[in-house]
Order: sequence, then C-alpha cells, then structure tokens
Amino acid sequence: MITKRIIPCLDVRNGKVVKGKNFEGIVEISSPIDFARHYSQSGADELVFYDITASYENRGIFTDILKEVASTIFIPLTVGGGINTLDDFDRVLKCGADKVSVNSGAIKNPDLIYEAAKRYGDQCVVISADVKRVDGVFRVFSKGGRENTGMEAVSWIKRCVDNGAGEVVLNSIDTDGVKNGFDLEMLSKVCDAVNVPVIASGGAGKMEDFVTLFKTLPKVDAGLAASIFHYNEVEISDLKNLLKQNFIPVRI
Amino acid sequence: MIAIVDYGVGNLFSLVSSLKSIGADAVVTGKEQDLKNADKIILPGVGAFGDAIQKLKNTGLDKVIIDEVKGGKALMGICLGMQLLFDKSYEYGEHEGLGLIKGEIRFIGDDVKNLKIPHMGWNSLKFTQPKSPVFKYLNDGDFVYFVHSYYGANCDESVIATTNYGADLTAAVAKNNIYGCQFHPEKSGEVGLNILRAFCEL
Repeated sequence: MITKRIIPCLDVRNGKVVKGKNFEGIVEISSPIDFARHYSQSGADELVFYDITASYENRGIFTDILKEVASTIFIPLTVGGGINTLDDFDRVLKCGADKVSVNSGAIKNPDLIYEAAKRYGDQCVVISADVKRVDGVFRVFSKGGRENTGMEAVSWIKRCVDNGAGEVVLNSIDTDGVKNGFDLEMLSKVCDAVNVPVIASGGAGKMEDFVTLFKTLPKVDAGLAASIFHYNEVEISDLKNLLKQNFIPVRI
Repeated sequence: MIAIVDYGVGNLFSLVSSLKSIGADAVVTGKEQDLKNADKIILPGVGAFGDAIQKLKNTGLDKVIIDEVKGGKALMGICLGMQLLFDKSYEYGEHEGLGLIKGEIRFIGDDVKNLKIPHMGWNSLKFTQPKSPVFKYLNDGDFVYFVHSYYGANCDESVIATTNYGADLTAAVAKNNIYGCQFHPEKSGEVGLNILRAFCEL
C-alpha cells in the first residue's frame, strides 16, 4: 500500500538553513547537509529545498549545496525558489533534484508549467501555491505571500495541473506559523478539484496535527513542515510511529 | 566496471552518486566498446517509451545491449529502462521494445480505477518468487520509491516482486542475467542502495 509521506522543508540562504518566514529576523541555523542527513536517517520520505538566496550571483552556492546533498542522501529531493525559466529547471535538475517546484514563476509566465512538463515529464513539475482567504474567497498570493494576485486559488491550481503539474503543494497563509493544525477546509477543496498528489503545508504544530490531517482527508498524500522538525519539537521517527498506531500507512 | 547507458534520456546524477557511494566503479557511456568491456550494464531512463526506444535504436546501442546480455552479462533496467526490456509498450501508440522480457507495458489507469496516476511515492515490495539474488539484502515488505504511470503486464513468469496500488503491479522482474526495477533504487534510501550493492556483487 502506498504510504503517506512526511516531508521536511529546508529554506536555504547563502548555504545555510534558515528560519524566519517574512524575511525578517532570519536566523541561519545550520548546514543543510547535516539537516538532510539527520532527516533521512530519522525516516523523512522526501526533502524540499527552498532557495531564498536574494541575489542571482549567489545561486551557485545553493546548487553546490544541492549537489552535495544529492550525492550523500538517496531519497527524493524537490527544489523550489527562484524557478522562473526552463534554464532554472535545467540548473537544479543537473545538480540532483528530482522534482522542481514553481510558484511565482508560474504566475508570471503561465506557459512555464506546460513547457517544463513537456520537456521533463509531469512527475517533475510541482505547483506550489500560497493561498489566503480574502473576503471569504481563496486567493493566490505571490512573492512569498506578500502580494494578492486576485486569482481564485482552486481554479488556478486546477489550471496548473491541466497544464502538466504532477503534484500540488498547498501552503495556507492563514494557518502558516499559527501551529494549530493544517488548513483542512482549504485542502479539502483542492483535493476534490485535482487528481494528482496533494501535499499539505502550513500549520503543523504537533504530531497530532498530522494524524488529524490524514484521518480527516484521506486524499492528502503528504504533510510538509519546517520549524517543528528544525527545532526538534517533533522527531520524524516518533511522528511516523504515532501515525502507524493510528492505522495510517507510513514507511518505517 | 559498470556501464550506465547514456542515450540522452533522463538525469543520471543520482544513479551515478548512489553507485559511487557503495564503492562501485561506474561510468556513464554511450560507447559500444565501453558496454563490451563492462562487467555489468545498467539501462536507466525517464520519459516516454516511444521517444526513449527511438533514441536507443538511433545510437545502435540496442543491438549491443542485446548481444552482451545474450553473452551472459548482467543487465539491470531501471524505471523506463525496465520497461524498455519488454516486448512492447502501449504508451501513446504501440512501440516495440528490446524483447528481452516477455510481456507488455500498459497504462495503470486502464487496469486500476479511482486512483491517482502517476503512482508516486513509497510503496512496499512483495516477493513473488524465492528471493532473487538482487534482493539478498532485503526483506519482504521493504519500501521503495515509485514514480510511474505505466507498468509491466502479462509478464508473470518474470515477476520477482509486486507492489500493491489498487492491484498487484509489477515492481521488479528477472530472467536469467536480466533484471529490472520499476521503482528507483537510487532514490529508495538504504533499501535501494542494497539492491544496487547486490547487483554489483552478482
């Protein structure tokens, strides 16, 4: 039976894993290699690396890190951040990424997903959407959640999947950082609209939040989180044991 | 030396890294002589069957691989590389494969309903024959990483492991010195490395 995936997300700036969502008070914590190794050994099913390097010149540091991780850890790696062109896809795939996640790049250029899926296959292209309720409507935000695009989220995500995105990361701005559980209402709407894997992001504060997520929404394929794993608030091995006790299929 | 066949399909970074990490001497090559000199051959691949088999035929390496395998050399096909070993595929039309494994490649969605396609993620292996030499370090039920929309059908005699996704789908095949994995051993953590290790030790 296919298992539910637990995915730690690592924001990387200047070669270091960082924490600090709004680009303010960012703390560089540790080497991505150490994190990746620790997560892999404790049972992470996949890793997401998000490049938040500000300047284009420093992209090289990120790809060097990616190469090093991909040479030592043999689980799927997804890369996002600063993916605007097919050349960006090429750059990270050559360094060992398996999947490439696009967000603002797809908003700026709606053909990007179609072109990338045609060249690299649907399985390679992930649409990552930052979504927030505005006057009761789910709206897509760009630029790291700072700018309302005005687009309705479910139809936007559906359009991306129709264009060839093979997976969806749904990040709820409303629950992100609140640590009170995933945005089940928003996830449910998206799961009903698409037939590709959906990864829940934003809101995990404790292990039980993942149990609730998978119990309430069996269509969700994976749960993604950052800080609870980085600060050892939740150990992935403990989380997977708890999920197993709750009859949720996981890889142990 | 292990020759990883380079015919312009897919990303070989992880496969090369994983073989290096277990101490195997691997080379990525599109040269006939390298395939002849190698102890073993790995046929990788991602993408569409029709495009891949055409590229392989264009290089002329299809005949070299078949000759080397008939001469007793061990071969492992991975993902699309496994599918290419079959007689034919129905991915976007009908395409002839290498004919090394009896069977055909079919769309999962034609045989399994109401499930997401591709079958993507970690799923468990169920051995269907006495443990294959490539599984010597594995246990029944170990998890490996899959990403595929098509699968090997009508190949019962060659199936050495299945995985359950709505139905029991072919996860790995073997016939004499020929092996194939539908999943990605190079992305399946320690379990995957142990399959590659066992293959290198054949």
